[in-house]
Amino acid sequence: MNESPVIDHEAMQEPQIRLVAVGATESEPVSPLLIEDVTVAYHHRPVLWNIDYQAPSGKLIAIVGPNGSGKTTLIKATLDLVPRAAGQVLIFGEPYRQQRHRVGYVPQRTSVDWDFPVSALDVVAMGMYRKIGWLRPVSRKYREAAKQALDRVGMVDFASRQINQLSGGQQQRVFLARALAQNADLYFMDEPFAGVDAATERAIVDILRQLRESGKTVIVVHHDLQTVHEYFDEVVLLNMRLIAAGPTAEVFTPDNLRKTYGGKLALLDQLGEKMAQPRSR
Amino acid sequence: MSAFSLLAADSLWELFSRAISLRDYNTRVVLGGTTMLGISGGLVGTFLVLRKRALAADVVSHAALPGIAVAFLLAERLVPGSGRSTSVLLCGAFVTGLLGMAMTLAIRRWTRIKEDAALAIVLGLFFGLGMALFTVVQRTKTGNAAGLSHFIFGKAASMVAADVWLIGVVSVVIALLCCGVFKELSLLCFDEEFAAARGYRTVLLDWLLTLMAVTVTLIGLQSVGLLLVVALLLIPPTAARFWTNDLKVMSWLAAAIGGVSCAGGVVLSAAFPRLAAGAVIVLTGAGLFIVSLVFGKERGLWPRWQSQRQFEQRIGRSDLLRACYELLEPILGPDETTQESLTKYEIDDLELSAMRQWPAGRFHGLVSSAVRESLLAANSQSGFRLTLRGAAEARDAVRRHRLWEIYLLTQTDLDPRLVDRGADGIEHVLDPQQLADLERQLVTHLPQGIPPSPHPIASATIN
Repeated sequence: MNESPVIDHEAMQEPQIRLVAVGATESEPVSPLLIEDVTVAYHHRPVLWNIDYQAPSGKLIAIVGPNGSGKTTLIKATLDLVPRAAGQVLIFGEPYRQQRHRVGYVPQRTSVDWDFPVSALDVVAMGMYRKIGWLRPVSRKYREAAKQALDRVGMVDFASRQINQLSGGQQQRVFLARALAQNADLYFMDEPFAGVDAATERAIVDILRQLRESGKTVIVVHHDLQTVHEYFDEVVLLNMRLIAAGPTAEVFTPDNLRKTYGGKLALLDQLGEKMAQPRSR
Repeated sequence: MSAFSLLAADSLWELFSRAISLRDYNTRVVLGGTTMLGISGGLVGTFLVLRKRALAADVVSHAALPGIAVAFLLAERLVPGSGRSTSVLLCGAFVTGLLGMAMTLAIRRWTRIKEDAALAIVLGLFFGLGMALFTVVQRTKTGNAAGLSHFIFGKAASMVAADVWLIGVVSVVIALLCCGVFKELSLLCFDEEFAAARGYRTVLLDWLLTLMAVTVTLIGLQSVGLLLVVALLLIPPTAARFWTNDLKVMSWLAAAIGGVSCAGGVVLSAAFPRLAAGAVIVLTGAGLFIVSLVFGKERGLWPRWQSQRQFEQRIGRSDLLRACYELLEPILGPDETTQESLTKYEIDDLELSAMRQWPAGRFHGLVSSAVRESLLAANSQSGFRLTLRGAAEARDAVRRHRLWEIYLLTQTDLDPRLVDRGADGIEHVLDPQQLADLERQLVTHLPQGIPPSPHPIASATIN
């Protein structure tokens, strides 16, 4: 790849912290996610170019970008779900293969057929199938754990409900509970706020904050620009290449947003004006 | 029907009772083996249907045909007389069956042809090839007697015990395997991507499922025939889905339906030797499917129609009682809204029917069912009174309606003239919990008991 690094001057503090994960010592905490020079192509057409990113530990991180900017692909490439044309990804300093048990994944809700004959509890238990192992049924211990995970998202009363009788927001919470049941250290969530009701949005935000308080790192594909400041500590701005990444206050600027969305966002200037006004925090 | 007309009544009964009582060793073996086949077909089929790969089984069975013919021709050439061995023929079927499957996957992967077209193309190609090869087989000296055509239409009753043992044992293995990887297969079918993220080799799981489906298809060829074997995989799970929303129950039920239709088919075709076993098996399954389609507890047509009807009746009843209350409301004294006082007044038939635009038939139906349920008591020729029970329900209905109306008025900017209709639609689906919430929210605006209507109650008088 002779492409010059696309990280902009915005991410000024970037170079000094790069590459700590390889051979990291005890004193330096290993980054939960280190993406190095990752390129992904579908049918020879690149969808992600030379992505470099190091996630800080214990933060809520939003991946923001227009449709088709490769947000989902970035997560999938990280989780080995789509092949990478180049580059490597390290999770807590090791390839994903070896760290799967420490990673929770919440796919897009619309990626599955909800008219599937299982209950909410069954879906949550799926998060623990690896732990349960082959040839073994889901024992009471794991059913209890699944119930607890449902309780955390406020869905314990719906444990035995068939999943197609749940509302979109409830389905999303079940998906979240499935990842929580894994008790991972790093979570990837693909648009958990898409098409959910206000109650679910609040429940999810609460969960995100709880996760942060217990030292977990959460990376969320996020669409609603209005709430980025309120919900997330860090932002990754993505549009096929990495536009900028870093603390929300520094990176989530009108200028960067314009670079990310280009002409695609008609409301951008309005939003920019709104954000230019001093924020009361 | 020809079986009936050709057989004398007593020999018919004789045959039937022989089949039922399993007096023949062969019938017993065939029954046992084929039932196991049905069970494993139901189990594997459950996942195949949930994976939306139902038609793939059809391709496999049709693709088996040229394999059978080639295996026969090759075996006869190498070791004359060995061409009739079931295991040799099934090996050939297995090879071309898998080849057909692989070809479908390849077409889907590397061309822009859609899956249904890919399936149809491969199916046609292999079946045509098979038919052409069969004419070659027919011309060989032993070909006519080899009974290869049984593979097309199936002939359970004439199978020899050794073949059936093979079928039975393989079926048991498949059924056990299916139970063993039940969790993993269900995860694969529900959320392949999540399974992959958790580290399952989804390609291998997919192949395992395909392999099981291919195997069931092949061992089903002899008894059911390649034209119908797909039904063995698809009918039981589809029928089972009508009864349950639980995957475990669904798969057990599919296994049971598969087993029963195979057993029934074998017994019937043993009793009536002219009936093709495959057809009888599939028709038995189809019968169970139709029963499930109509009566299935969760998704059947009848239960759904029934609950829809009950819902409509409940709505009609509550509308009628509310109309009774609203008709009486103007003449009630200020302290007369208790149930007892509501029962004192007579309600006129015509006035009541004018409260709402009921079609005449519907109104009389509602009134007579309300009388039957003793919510209304017929008073004189053209009038009723509310019973105590009816009065209580009427008060509830009015209260529900008005609470919701007020909610709409205070929380939304709906035109007051429209709230009545808005409330009409929604009040019936409020559950007690929501009603309590509503009351809590509105309690500051409300006097105790039944709030007054926020809009004039217009009776739909005939202009």
